Amino acid sequence: MKALVFSRKPMKFAAAMVAGRLAPGAGAKVGPLALRDVDPPELPGPGWVRVRPRLSGICGSDLATIDGTSSRWFEPIVSFPFTPGHEVVGELDDGRRVIIVPVLSCVARGISPVCGSCADGRINHCERIGFGQLEPGLQCGFCESTGGGWSTLMLAHEHQLVTVPDDLSDEAAVLVEPTACAVHAAAQVDSGSVAVIGAGTLGLLTIAALRSAHPSMEILATAKHPHQRALAGELGADLVVNPGELERSVRVRTGSMRLDSGQLTGGVASVVDCVGSADSIAQALRIAAPGATIHAVGMPGVTTVDLTPLWQREIALRGTYAYARADFDTAIELVRTLDLGRLVSATYPLRRYEDAIAHAASAGTRGAVKIAFDLRPEKERDSI
Amino acid sequence: MPRPGFVLEVDRSTPPILFHHGESLRLEKLPAGRTRVLYPGEPLDALEDVDGEIRRALDNPLGDSQPLRSLLTPGMKLTIAFDDISLPLPPMRRPDIRQRVIEAVLDLAAAAGVDDVHLIAALALHRRMTEAELRHAVGDRVYDAFAPQGLLYNHDAEDLDNLAFLGTTRHGEEVEINKRAADSDLIVYVNINLVSMDGGWKSTATGLSSYRSLRHHHNVKTMQQSRSFMDRHASELHSSNWRMGEVLKDAGVKVFQIETTLNNDTFGTSGPMSVLQKREWEWTARDRATFIGMKAGLDRLPIKARRKIFNSWLAPYGVTSVQAGEVEAVHEVTTANVFKQQLVPIEGQTDILTMGLPYICPYNVNSVMNPILVMCLGLGYFFNMYRGQPLVREGGVVIMSHPTPWEFNPVHHPSYIDFFEQVLADTTDPLEIEARYEKQYAEDEWYRHLYRTSYAYHGVHPFYMWYWGAHALEHVGKVIIVGGEPRSVRRLGFTPASTLNDALEMASDVVGRDATITHLHNPPIVMADVT
Repeated sequence: MKALVFSRKPMKFAAAMVAGRLAPGAGAKVGPLALRDVDPPELPGPGWVRVRPRLSGICGSDLATIDGTSSRWFEPIVSFPFTPGHEVVGELDDGRRVIIVPVLSCVARGISPVCGSCADGRINHCERIGFGQLEPGLQCGFCESTGGGWSTLMLAHEHQLVTVPDDLSDEAAVLVEPTACAVHAAAQVDSGSVAVIGAGTLGLLTIAALRSAHPSMEILATAKHPHQRALAGELGADLVVNPGELERSVRVRTGSMRLDSGQLTGGVASVVDCVGSADSIAQALRIAAPGATIHAVGMPGVTTVDLTPLWQREIALRGTYAYARADFDTAIELVRTLDLGRLVSATYPLRRYEDAIAHAASAGTRGAVKIAFDLRPEKERDSI
Repeated sequence: MPRPGFVLEVDRSTPPILFHHGESLRLEKLPAGRTRVLYPGEPLDALEDVDGEIRRALDNPLGDSQPLRSLLTPGMKLTIAFDDISLPLPPMRRPDIRQRVIEAVLDLAAAAGVDDVHLIAALALHRRMTEAELRHAVGDRVYDAFAPQGLLYNHDAEDLDNLAFLGTTRHGEEVEINKRAADSDLIVYVNINLVSMDGGWKSTATGLSSYRSLRHHHNVKTMQQSRSFMDRHASELHSSNWRMGEVLKDAGVKVFQIETTLNNDTFGTSGPMSVLQKREWEWTARDRATFIGMKAGLDRLPIKARRKIFNSWLAPYGVTSVQAGEVEAVHEVTTANVFKQQLVPIEGQTDILTMGLPYICPYNVNSVMNPILVMCLGLGYFFNMYRGQPLVREGGVVIMSHPTPWEFNPVHHPSYIDFFEQVLADTTDPLEIEARYEKQYAEDEWYRHLYRTSYAYHGVHPFYMWYWGAHALEHVGKVIIVGGEPRSVRRLGFTPASTLNDALEMASDVVGRDATITHLHNPPIVMADVT
């Protein structure tokens, strides 16, 4: 079978880090990601099924991995070599189309009794991550045992499967997983004014989820590019501004005062950071009102940020990772209602993975949103 | 004898015509056979004895008014209000005419034993004047005598304890002005009537008022019904101010109005700037060399240096008249004197109106001409420099020349930045802007704070700038800015063009290929009397 494989190769990893700094996505050309012919993964145990990916998206966390910018925090909870791809719509041997809930919980790991978090349905909080019958892996797409969506075959546990409604296209279905992240994030946000930083896929979906969850909430958003501005407004933002204009917009909308340094004395009640960079976190701290909460939705890495405002203004910084199983039902409804499948801007075959990664890494400047691999025409797919 | 303004029909022998272009200059070859250029008249002769003429005016008031000296009595409260930094443009060389008039008034007050005197810069919602600017306007002697005691200061339209509500007009317009002025036995208002919009009841009813009062005439409807606001009798802006004047009179507010007019000697008759005041075909070889050298030098300098050069220019205006007495009688004579200098008859409208916008407008003295002010200067002031009917026909095209940088002075124009980034990003429709955003900006505590304690225009001021162009926005079919920063121009809702030829080509899509063109050769200021 064909699969894009990410191996533990320190020299190539270092080369990817350098290349990724020079041009986002360039890590795909020189790094440890390669297209290979590999043996199909073996089923780890009962309850596991084979899934033939149809579409598999490229996520920001995938790009960070490829360009070598992701945190070493992940080292004990991923296993090499792995096949990336956790935004997956695929089909089972019986032809049923499924979306994969990629988080690997106690059930998938064969751990019994399950941990308290998994028992509560909070699979994203699994307290046995890295243990059990699987090689370490926080999700499919980072685990050697399961494979990932950037291949012609991967594995998933029955508990990870969500049947795709007939009326949902593959393009729409592949947006369900990131939309579930957004739904989960939106549920954490209290009512009141909110600012969403970033209008990539996750930012746009978060705006949509916030608007759906909080119809009367005032949503400010930043967007760098014209198509992002248009989509952000269309999906529910009340005001969309350039990133550099956010502080001033928040000041006006909240009636805050402004100190000579430019610091606001007030701000918004919630900030949703869908970027996860030092700059975006620092900006979030500048616009958050005293007592506000900053939701880190975009995956941050190792960052240097002045946390004095966090302390002085009693701001809470809260991570928002993945979702619970139930978020997928809400996500499917949101994808259907808002026709979010249109956010898939381009698809690529596996053999053009360098182009695909480059496109995804520069999606904003190229007028795109979500880039995905299209596995449907792959020859090996039907012969496995 | 100065030559009057006139209309030049452009033919093949016509040399390239001067266009001001912010802190730069351009020469443009205009199409022959279909282009007219409206030139201002030469500067009228200045009064030889300005101080004598001031004394004469104070002693021989117009209308139903007694001479000033007989209105001054010991123990009375006297307030002298004067026009702010927005007049004249560019600022005039010392001594400023306000200084001369105020000194004459103070001499009379001293002689009459009046010792309760306040001097107030009537700036409405404009930024506060700095000490240097106040000194320039009133002179060091007056400043040193009054400012240290707190008797010379800027009007504060947000100081609720020092505003007096005087009633409403028959149209329901609220009249609220500076309390010290309202409580005075006499207000002496010292005007510089640079254009015909200035003066009359607008001086006190606007210059000393508050947002509560101003909003009744500084709004889209009023501006769209002022055709133009440079023609008092066709201006709803002025009608509203005149109604407010009735309320002031009924409330017992006594105003002794002093209005002064200047000639249009903006750039002088000697030195490198003087070439900007000459008609192009009369340029000597030396003038041409001067112009080429000046333009090349300017274009090589960084913008801050260019701005510094232009902002340091003080015009050598001559004073052409001084009128004093009852507000309306004074204003009639003053307006006639303004028209004598500026009004030039021209027959018929044009398809395309071109204008070169200079570096300065009323709201960026010692500051930056930001994109909103570019719009206001072009579509507000220049477009409205007409009597009768607009110089450009309905559905026609306005072509303005200005670099229109995305640049703001954060001290002077903080709310402008937000207006540009947020309001104009959403809509450029004046009515929608007014309905959705004005109140929020007008009542914003931070803008209020900066207006009162720093040197910021009031939070609502950029809205007024946009409203100033509302009549033009409604009237014209397209606005093109030549040489403007494209993203700024587009944010304004206009079309950027690299050259005048490109702009004319774009305009032909709206008004056809043989469209007529009229160029407003301004500054020096010229006003079209369109029949």
